[in-house]
Amino acid sequence: MAFALIILPLLAAALAVVVPCNRRRPWLLPSTGLAHLALTVWALTRPDLMVTTSWLVLDPPGRIILLLVSVLFLICSFYSVGYLQQRQQRSNRVFCACLLAFLGMMSLVTWSHHLGLMWVAIEATTLASAPLIYFNHTQHSIEATWKYLLVCSVGIALALLGTFFLAYASLHQGLQSTLLFEDLLHDAPRLSKSWLHAAFVLLLVGYGTKMGLAPMHTWLPDAHSEAPSPVSALLSGALLPCAFLAILRIYHICHAAGEDAYPSRLLWLVGLFSMAVAGVFMVGQRDFKRMLAYSSVEHMGILALGLGIGGPALFGTMLHVVNHGVTKCLLFLSAGNIYHTYGSKSTDQVRGVIRLLPLSGSLFLVGVLAITGSPPFAPFISIFAILNGAFDAGRFVTAGLFLFLLLVVFIGMGATLLQVVQGRPPAEVRHTPYRDDVLSAVPIVVCLAFVLLLGLVIPAPLNAMIHDVVHYLETQP
Amino acid sequence: MTNLLNAILVIVLVLNLFALGTSRILAVIRTVAFQGALLGLIPLLAHEHLTIPAVLAAMAAMAIKGIAIPAIMIRALREAQIKREVEPLIGLLPSIILGALATAFALLVSDQLPLAGPRDGSLLVPTSLATVLVGFILLITRFKALSQVVGYLVLDNGIFIFGMLLIEAMPLVVEMGVLLDLFVGIFVICIIVNHINRAFSSMDTRRLVSLKE
Repeated sequence: MAFALIILPLLAAALAVVVPCNRRRPWLLPSTGLAHLALTVWALTRPDLMVTTSWLVLDPPGRIILLLVSVLFLICSFYSVGYLQQRQQRSNRVFCACLLAFLGMMSLVTWSHHLGLMWVAIEATTLASAPLIYFNHTQHSIEATWKYLLVCSVGIALALLGTFFLAYASLHQGLQSTLLFEDLLHDAPRLSKSWLHAAFVLLLVGYGTKMGLAPMHTWLPDAHSEAPSPVSALLSGALLPCAFLAILRIYHICHAAGEDAYPSRLLWLVGLFSMAVAGVFMVGQRDFKRMLAYSSVEHMGILALGLGIGGPALFGTMLHVVNHGVTKCLLFLSAGNIYHTYGSKSTDQVRGVIRLLPLSGSLFLVGVLAITGSPPFAPFISIFAILNGAFDAGRFVTAGLFLFLLLVVFIGMGATLLQVVQGRPPAEVRHTPYRDDVLSAVPIVVCLAFVLLLGLVIPAPLNAMIHDVVHYLETQP
Repeated sequence: MTNLLNAILVIVLVLNLFALGTSRILAVIRTVAFQGALLGLIPLLAHEHLTIPAVLAAMAAMAIKGIAIPAIMIRALREAQIKREVEPLIGLLPSIILGALATAFALLVSDQLPLAGPRDGSLLVPTSLATVLVGFILLITRFKALSQVVGYLVLDNGIFIFGMLLIEAMPLVVEMGVLLDLFVGIFVICIIVNHINRAFSSMDTRRLVSLKE
């Protein structure tokens, strides 16, 4: 099953390279996305399909991330068709092939139970997504791609060193050196403590770079704001959770080793720091796509903080991965429509969105309200669950800081949002040919449906999956 | 065997300093290529029992690090037709001194590390740490895009040396995956370098500063 999910997008990518017609090629994206989602759902309902080899296992956290990746890809693929139709003058061969390969590599991350293989897959997601960020070939996009490639490659190289340290932690104690996740989990209590700590630091720095945790986040605002909108949505909603999954697996090993005080403290620190950095840069932010990128940094901080609190906050953290993913997808896609209409990302030019683009503008408005944690939308539920977890764990100071930083972010995002939404559109864009159409609006409405649905009720299967994760992380193997 | 291994590792350390002290990009690329090819020899020496996967991994590493990657980079350099000096942030001599300090630091630190087994008494761990540090120095103190890529390669070589301790944990497929990622990574980076050069008429990454708050 794993092979099907990983190879199908890669084959489609190869097909995209061969197809000569620029107009029909983008339709490969939604058709592959549909097949991928169908296979994913099938795999999730059949426990016997979840173990392919000892290297490729779909564990409970992997299931949630795989489902999230698959759903978001499908939504973004329909949007991409519309996006590429408006840019027929540029060849989309590289774009389609890389986007499909990107899906294959993200699926591999969710399945891989060998830490070396997981490293290879995460580095491959960087390489597959770099040409996507560069799609518009502007000077800004070159700069963003360069930073993305260099910062992430160096960060992930450190994660490889950390992976080696982890294998050495077992070799040091006279065990067979291994990078199989199951073996490491099983041997965890006997691993060398000092090497395990060193490995965790390097892996947190390495995969934290990819996840966009401050202070390793420097590439993220540039890459997410310069990439084409469907790519930004996938980078933020699907790729960052893949990096989070990597950190979650390492945390799991530390937890199984009975050494979770040290990782928890580091995650707590990095999480709050990310939220603070994001808050500082969001207040007075004039570029609305950049504001969304900093919001990703903030939410990755929330995930790290939730993992750092552990125990009672785990349910909320896993739920927040999903809720953040769909909400950020909604935001980036509607921001893409706004950017396309105004040709600018600065709040100096972008004003009166509601008048010019009633649908995309109101979706953007609702999205910002949702992502800042307003009820009745999905992120409110998960942020509330994490906050509840912090109180349950007796971490009152943490909870206080968490609330304060959420408030700072709310004010920062709110101010930028009001500038974008209110006022009169500038004269030069009032007669823009762009209007919301089926391909550019329906995917966003679908996102909104998810955001509302998850805010009102957590569907039973998802609830069961998240409880599985909590159970999986809490029990010793 | 250990003597030969240590001799190679000392050469690797000397090549680090050489990479720090050379002013021409082409010479630095060749230095790092030579270092990469030498590293390919280590798996043949570090283990008593040679297995076919180990030999294959060694050959692949030598081919990719010693031939393929330098070839791509030299092509990118030729297409760019720029002034071929590295133009470091700090002078070449201070870079070498910094590199020597990093090497001494790595040797001191690895003395304190809890290492396992007699095999690890060799220079493998200190060389690995020193090479990683030198890679960082190159990344931080160089402005030309291609010289930063060289820094990344040196960093990667350092990590590769540490991986030699753990050949059992890294199956051939994963080892090949790591090398393939490195190769494709450098390939993509060189394409971007070329575009930077065309769009900015320079490879100087100090010009890439328009994205900020």
